[in-house]
Amino acid sequence: MDTVLTWPRRLVACALLLSLIAAGCGGDDTTTDTGTATGDPDQPVSPGGDDESPCFADPGLTPIDISATDPESLAGTELTLVAYDSFLVSDGVFEVFEQDTGIEVSVLTSADTGTMVSEAILTVGDPVADVMWGIDNTFLCRALEAGVFLPYESANLDVVRDELLLDPHHRVTPVDFSDMCVNYWIDALDPPPPTSIADLAEPEYARSFVTQNPESSAPGMGFLLSTIATFGEDGWQDYWRRLAENGVAVTPGWTEAYYGDFIAGGGARAIVMSYASSPVAELIFADPPVDTPPTASLLDSCFRSIEFAGVLAGTDHPEAAALLVDFLLSPTVQEDIPLNMFVFPANTEAALPPEFEEWAPLQQDPLTIAPDVIEAKRDGWTEEWTEIVLR
Amino acid sequence: MPPPAPVDAPPARARRVVAAARWPIVAAVAGFLAVFYLWPVASILWRGRSWSTITDVLGSASSWRIIWFTLWQALASTALTVMVGLPVAHVIARYRFRGRALLRAAITVPFVLPTVVVAAAFLSLSDRLGLDEDPVRLPGTAWAILVAHVFFNVAVVVRTVGGYWSQLDDTPEAAARTLGAGRIRTFVHVTAPRLRPALLSTAAIVFLFSFTSFGVVLILGGLRRVTVETEIWRYATQRTDFETAATLGLVQLSVVVLMLVANSQLQERLAVTERTRPPAEVERPVVRPGERGLLAGAIGIVAVLVGLPLSVLVEASLATDGGYGLDFYRALGEQDQRIPLLPVSGWQAVANSLTWGLLATGIATVVGTAAGVMAASRRRLMGRVTDIAFLLPLGTSAVLVGFGMLIALDDAPLDFRTRWWIVPVAQAVVGVPFVMRTVSTALRSIDTRLREAAATLGAPPPVVWREIDLPIASRAVVVGAAFAFAVAVGEFGATAFLARPQRPTVPTAIFRLLGRPGDLAFGQAMALSVILVLVTGAAVLVIEKLRVAVAGEL
Repeated sequence: MDTVLTWPRRLVACALLLSLIAAGCGGDDTTTDTGTATGDPDQPVSPGGDDESPCFADPGLTPIDISATDPESLAGTELTLVAYDSFLVSDGVFEVFEQDTGIEVSVLTSADTGTMVSEAILTVGDPVADVMWGIDNTFLCRALEAGVFLPYESANLDVVRDELLLDPHHRVTPVDFSDMCVNYWIDALDPPPPTSIADLAEPEYARSFVTQNPESSAPGMGFLLSTIATFGEDGWQDYWRRLAENGVAVTPGWTEAYYGDFIAGGGARAIVMSYASSPVAELIFADPPVDTPPTASLLDSCFRSIEFAGVLAGTDHPEAAALLVDFLLSPTVQEDIPLNMFVFPANTEAALPPEFEEWAPLQQDPLTIAPDVIEAKRDGWTEEWTEIVLR
Repeated sequence: MPPPAPVDAPPARARRVVAAARWPIVAAVAGFLAVFYLWPVASILWRGRSWSTITDVLGSASSWRIIWFTLWQALASTALTVMVGLPVAHVIARYRFRGRALLRAAITVPFVLPTVVVAAAFLSLSDRLGLDEDPVRLPGTAWAILVAHVFFNVAVVVRTVGGYWSQLDDTPEAAARTLGAGRIRTFVHVTAPRLRPALLSTAAIVFLFSFTSFGVVLILGGLRRVTVETEIWRYATQRTDFETAATLGLVQLSVVVLMLVANSQLQERLAVTERTRPPAEVERPVVRPGERGLLAGAIGIVAVLVGLPLSVLVEASLATDGGYGLDFYRALGEQDQRIPLLPVSGWQAVANSLTWGLLATGIATVVGTAAGVMAASRRRLMGRVTDIAFLLPLGTSAVLVGFGMLIALDDAPLDFRTRWWIVPVAQAVVGVPFVMRTVSTALRSIDTRLREAAATLGAPPPVVWREIDLPIASRAVVVGAAFAFAVAVGEFGATAFLARPQRPTVPTAIFRLLGRPGDLAFGQAMALSVILVLVTGAAVLVIEKLRVAVAGEL
């Protein structure tokens, strides 16, 4: 069995070679040069996007304009919204839209966000739906560079938080955001709870932390990006080496970590990578009811995830799809999503549920990395990460 | 095999009817596979074609290590599964005892459980048994993968080999025993050779399942164990690198085709015709101490392999904060909570699963029976091509099939990719090989002299078919249909096809619940898993009863 241990390194070398040749994105020859645009290793990782990057360059597309469209003429249109598999809104939400506009909406779900985005790129120009919900900032540039979305500047943008507006050309519209944070089971920690990511590599938290594989899990990617944003592009590797020596556990997905190794599902580990809203869910879905959540977030560790909606290029109904994007930003949807999907609304005027106000304080200064930087370096980072964790 | 003796001419009209009916059926069966499997897979492979990627992948040592590990674990899983399954198959096939149908149904249920649930049960079990500590740490090793594959696939051995075994005439064994051979010697020299057709048939299916197994490898294998299937998933879905995914898909298909050609050749070479007898005439009660020991052993295998992990699930579904209770089961029916955990009640999800499952089973049974008849055809080439072609879907990455459908079935007249029925059809494509293989194995084993005798006595082909082939085939159809149902109700393809969230099935509801923090979510997921087990077990029992009602005992 000892030969098996040498696989990963070879795999990394092979995959690196492949990604150089396949040039990463899109599978389209026109995007061949995108991988190196922001690939300067000396450039610090900054939250601000790079206007020169191919991701945010002017796509040269005419935005959808609904100012001259008679809304009555769209009545009777049937739209399809494609979303990731955990998408959930209350019964009757889309009926509100149908009553207002006469446009019918049906929802199709793909698997995780990565699969959904890959499917959209595979079918670019011939989409399975009219609007996509839920592409996040880590996959954003992959889809933008592949030309998946049509530009549309929603009339409701004025109520959206400024810091969420990442695409200057409005091919996507922010609809929600959340923070991916390290969580801990309050009662289970004998030493005081960790106060920073760096603490997790200390001996008192040995074999206490479980996170996820960044190549198969969004929070796993969130934690890797948190460490890169915290320790810098040249410092995170050393931190991860210490974390590995400290007995960090890595699972393929959130469920295996949270309900496998973490205390919540009967596991032995007291610290898990999850979301800022997880303590709220622990409170709401407690059985029997409790007054305070059994878990809390380590705010220092939070990576900001922003989710977007966009009109899919190739739709037969761009105007109706644009109206649906407006509706997704309306209070009807925005006030419905926090308790259904445990995310924060992008609309500043949407009222937050009281549990969110009390138990999921918004991180004012979350960690973040620009989407074009993530897209350019993601494969290299995960390969380096695999090598470190498996060594 | 010697060429079959010419059959005396039955009435010409009947023969013409049979001949006329044959080709449209062959065309329909071939068309089904072409539209829902071959064309989508060809499309995605063509889309990802890249000569440089192919040379890179094939030129790298790491690719070959991954291919070798994938092959190795699949072969080892198959060997282990057959070894564990045979004693149970023997007991179920040869002995009459109370609870036999239940035992047979029980061993099928793991098949439908979502991998994530099984993995949770395994991890919890290894935790309780202290297997989590070095040096016997199971999770993250190749052993964990092998054990899980045996858990999932042992039903295939027990049911298909057992089904075949149960109608073998036991006179040769009795003769051997009378001549003084012991139990083991009789098995090795008399029974095993007679079982070879069924063993080969089963081994091919278990191999394909293990070769393309996804969740087990991803969850139980840890970061180190990577297979061709998990790499295809990673490149296609997480890296949007269709070139590498397609290249690996080609590699996967090549290995699968090579294995199937070898398997099919072996099957042909080792084909034996057998005297079949109604199982009721062959089976006997458990009387002697040796037989009691066998029965206890078989029950022990099932109890440890299936019972232990399932009992962990049952316990978790009942463990509420205030001691054991049915709270989580009750919560599944409640839809008036302020924040529902599921878009519909858990019971509605059960109803959805049953509806979809039966639909897929219906399609798989019809297509699979026709394919089975074709595979057993005396036209050798057609038989072999049918056999291999319909087994291919079992050996193909679900992600590639799903992605292929997105780009292949998008234009009229094949604009099917977002139709509601595409999911049951895709599940049926995976269910067909079970029905086909059990049917063709059974048909091939029929002693041709039986048919000849019937024809000589003046029976036209349809009558020969009804009186001789159908009763034997119907038993095989049911064995296959039970699996087609299990495949459809299980998680197959859950990640590869577009779903309608308004109509969640039980596995998708379980995924949704397990994607949430909170006791209620976890408890309800466990409760729903237990319900899935019970419903599947019950459905398998009903399907078996149906056969008796339709075809009667032989």
